[in-house]
Order: sequence, then structure tokens, then C-alpha cells
Amino acid sequence: MKVLVPVKRVLDYNVKPRVKADGTGVDLANVKMSMNPFDEIAIEEAVRLKEKGAATEIVVVTIGVAKAETDVLLTARAMGADRGILIQTDEEVEPLAVAKLLAKVAQEEQPGLIILGKQAIDDDSNQTGQMLGQLLGWAQGTFASKVEIDGERVKVTREIDGGLETVDLKLPAIVTTDLRLNEPRYATLPNIMKAKTKPVAKKTVADYGVDVTPRLKTLKVVEPAKRQAGIKVGSVDELVEKLKGMGVA
Amino acid sequence: MKTLVWVEHDHQSVKDATLSTVTAAAKLGEVHLLVAGKGVSGVAEAAAQIAGVGKVHVADDAAYEHFLAENIAPLIVQLMGDHDAVLFPATTTGKNVAPRVAAALDVMQISDILSVEGADTFTRPIYAGNAIATVQTSDKKLVITVRGTAFDKAATTGGSGTVEAVAAAGDKGLSTFVGAEIAASERPELTSAKVVVSGGRALGSQEQFHALIDPLADKLGAAVGASRAAVDAGYAPNDYQVGQTGKIVAPQVYVAVGISGAIQHLAGMKDSKTIVAINKDEDAPIFQVADIGLVGDLFTLVPELTGKL
Repeated sequence: MKVLVPVKRVLDYNVKPRVKADGTGVDLANVKMSMNPFDEIAIEEAVRLKEKGAATEIVVVTIGVAKAETDVLLTARAMGADRGILIQTDEEVEPLAVAKLLAKVAQEEQPGLIILGKQAIDDDSNQTGQMLGQLLGWAQGTFASKVEIDGERVKVTREIDGGLETVDLKLPAIVTTDLRLNEPRYATLPNIMKAKTKPVAKKTVADYGVDVTPRLKTLKVVEPAKRQAGIKVGSVDELVEKLKGMGVA
Repeated sequence: MKTLVWVEHDHQSVKDATLSTVTAAAKLGEVHLLVAGKGVSGVAEAAAQIAGVGKVHVADDAAYEHFLAENIAPLIVQLMGDHDAVLFPATTTGKNVAPRVAAALDVMQISDILSVEGADTFTRPIYAGNAIATVQTSDKKLVITVRGTAFDKAATTGGSGTVEAVAAAGDKGLSTFVGAEIAASERPELTSAKVVVSGGRALGSQEQFHALIDPLADKLGAAVGASRAAVDAGYAPNDYQVGQTGKIVAPQVYVAVGISGAIQHLAGMKDSKTIVAINKDEDAPIFQVADIGLVGDLFTLVPELTGKL
């Protein structure tokens, strides 16, 4: 079974985002960009499925600027993906359009399973996997913390409010990863060198005939309201006093 | 505008996040509800009492019992011929279903809204809440998920909605529910609690987490939360996690014990009215957002605090 893993290049999760003074967005000039952390978990899961013999080939796909090839597709191949697809565009592509592009890729590649991160840490949308499920007419196992392939079906344990839930899905299916699905491996230097020999197909949005015109217009981006500076108390008694003052103790 | 709110329930009662979603929907226009599930007439009756509610659509069918997205989404799409917008609480269930509805209607979903600025304009957090974007949609139908902590809850009484059955769209046969493990808790629900006590990695072990955090929470009538580090280390279950990838809370009082305050954690709690931090590192980032800070060893301070409450 072939596994398709879509990945996204985002602002590194350790970098504190700075809102541009003109309110047009977050400043992404000269800041470290990396693979979305949930997507690393998706690649790792695909690689583990291959190591267990449940997957035969891992194809990684990204939609974004040319630099995404070295920033994320290389890392993905170094972690164990077999080949890459870069759909190049300098525009921001919304989850709906991403899902439409991925649906086209899925029709071409015919994967048995598509594993995506549950959300990207830049737009925090949490939509693409579900939308792709709808567009392909496939089942979805979102927020997965465990994935077990069993013949023509996949059992997915999901993290839900209040606990865990297990669903059994007909393949082909969509899985979106939650944090606790696995611990992604590091791309080692020899594997990064080797990854450079693994193929990447370069495409453009136009190759897929998908209209990626944004539906949402960002009118402005502002920093959240700052909190007033607080005080430090010297003892537990003072803290108890404060809590009593607020009526909670 | 005619709005439809998907009602989240446990087959007994309507969940609080739905009440906040009703408040958001009322800002857009007329509010209709959808109660789907198996044996939901009681929930539908309760939903009809929610203040400001018009029609309550009820879809009672085994296909909806476990809220599988593959089955629920077509039902909602079917009702969208008659409605201009559909709103879901931004809970794990809402987030699971809503994008399938959006894709079926060919519209861009607007996730996790914080405010309604106009009929087509909303604010939402991006970058783990480090920026707030105002977005305007050009889509004809709106699919929205609502951050529960950003809207007041609609009153559960005073409404006089009319209950109307909807034909079920049936089981799509793509997925089946196998089972669930729901953590039993006597404490208030994390996302709607007035007080939350959260523990971090500094607690050192699962035993110490429960020995220190639980009694303090019980004294304060609080829900218990945790940082990702505490959850990853196995001190607390996954569904305790507060943060960008866990639950978003905004209680009256949030007590952070042994939590450094990484941006991913702050994303889940920085809208709390009052933040109290107990940490031995006086340079910990948590003190930059805390209203009341206490520097010291939590292993002596927390039992002392619990004892004095």
C-alpha cells in the first residue's frame, strides 16, 4: 500500500511570531522555517508502517514556495519518505484549495492511506484532512494517537474531549495525527545526504487545474491584548488573602 | 440570516460549548438547532428551551449515535439548502465534522472565531494565539467553528423552539465506532470550570501530581489541567492538556503550578481572568502573564496553600 503524506513549511514552533507594524500579517522575513510539527509525526507514522511491512512506498507532497523543497521535502525524505512532490506557488493557499490540490494528487497516486497533521501551527485551522476526506469520499480518523492497519481496514484511536475513542475505517482513508501518536525520528546527516538522491517532481498549481483564489480576505492582523503586569506575593498567606478577595477560596 | 447550530450532547444534556455557539449564532440572525443522535427526544426538548432558539431539527437514527463525521456531515449539508450559516462549537467533535460540511458546500471554513464583527467578518486567533486576524469571507454559505470561551453561554431556559423531525441521511458505511474510554471525573469540566488548577513537569511524577494538585483543586472546586510536558511524562491523562494542541480555557482563576509558560501552553489559558503562578524559577515566562506570582518550592507551598484554604 502506498502512503501519501502532505507536509507544510511553517514558522518554526520555537520562534515567537511578530505581528507586522502595518497589520498585514506576521513577519516571516529572515525567520527560521521548519516542517509543521504534526506533519513530522505523520511522516514518522508512515515510515513505521513501512518498517512493519504495512506500507510499500511513501510519497510526500508540499504546496508552497521553492524553498519548501529544501526546508521540508528534504527532511521528509531523510526521515524515510521515498519521493517528493513540490507544488510550487508563491501565494498563500487556503485549506480548501490545498484539499482540492491534494485530492488531485491522490487521484494520480492512488494511495491506500493519506496521513496529515491535525493542524498547521501557523493558521491553526484544523481543516485540510477532513476536507480531503469529504472531497475523496473517504473515511477519516482525525486526532489519531494510534493507527493499526488490518487488511482492508484501519483502526484509529482518536483523542477526543474527555478521553479516547476508537473507530474502524474502510481503506482508503484519511488519518490526521495528534501529538501522542509517536515521537518523530531525527534526520541524520548520512540520511540527509542520501535523501538528496531521492526524486522530487516539480509541479505548479496550474498543472492541477485547481482554482486557488482565496475565499477569505485578511483585513488585519493585530497582537492580542497585553495583560496588565501582575504582582508577586511573598507568602502563602498573602496568596490565600488574594484568592479570598476574588471569592474563590 | 438563518443560522443552524449543531448541538453537541452526550445523549443526556446539551454541552456548555453549544450554548456559547448559540450566542455567536444569534449575532448573525435567526437561530435553528440540529440535534442528531440516537434516542435524543429528551435532548431536543431541552434544546428547545434555550433562549432565542427557533426551530430544533431532530435527526434520530443509529447512524448518528457516535457522531461519526462521515454520517453527520451529509445530514447537515442536506439542511444547508435552508440555512445561510452553520456553526459548530470548536470542540474535538465540532472540528471533526465541520470541515467535511465546508468541503461539500465548497466554502472555506472559518475556524475558532473569537468575535462576530459583521455578517461576513470575524476575528480568529492564529500562531497559537500570538496574533488575532480579522477575516472577511466571500462565500455564500458560512461554515464556522466557535471558541466557547469567547462567547457568553445562552440561557438554558426561556426559549420556545419548535421541535421538528428530519429524515435521516443514513449510514454511509465508511466508518464504524469501536469503543471509547472516557476518563471518569467528579470535578467540573475543564473547558467550562470557573477555577482551573494545572500542574506541569516540575511535579516530577504521577503520584506527586495527584497528591498535590488534586487536593488543591478539590478545595477550590476546580477542574484539573496539565501542561503538555506533564501529559507527555505520563503524570496526567491526555485530555487534561491545556494549550494550542489541547484545550482552550478561560476560567475566572487559573492556577499554574510548576509550569514554565511556553507559548503553546499560554495559547490555551492566557484569556483567563486571573492567572496565579507558583514556580521556583522567578524568571519563568509564566510570571510575565501571571497576575499573582509566588516564587518558591511547590512541594512545600502547595500543601501549605491547600491546608490554609
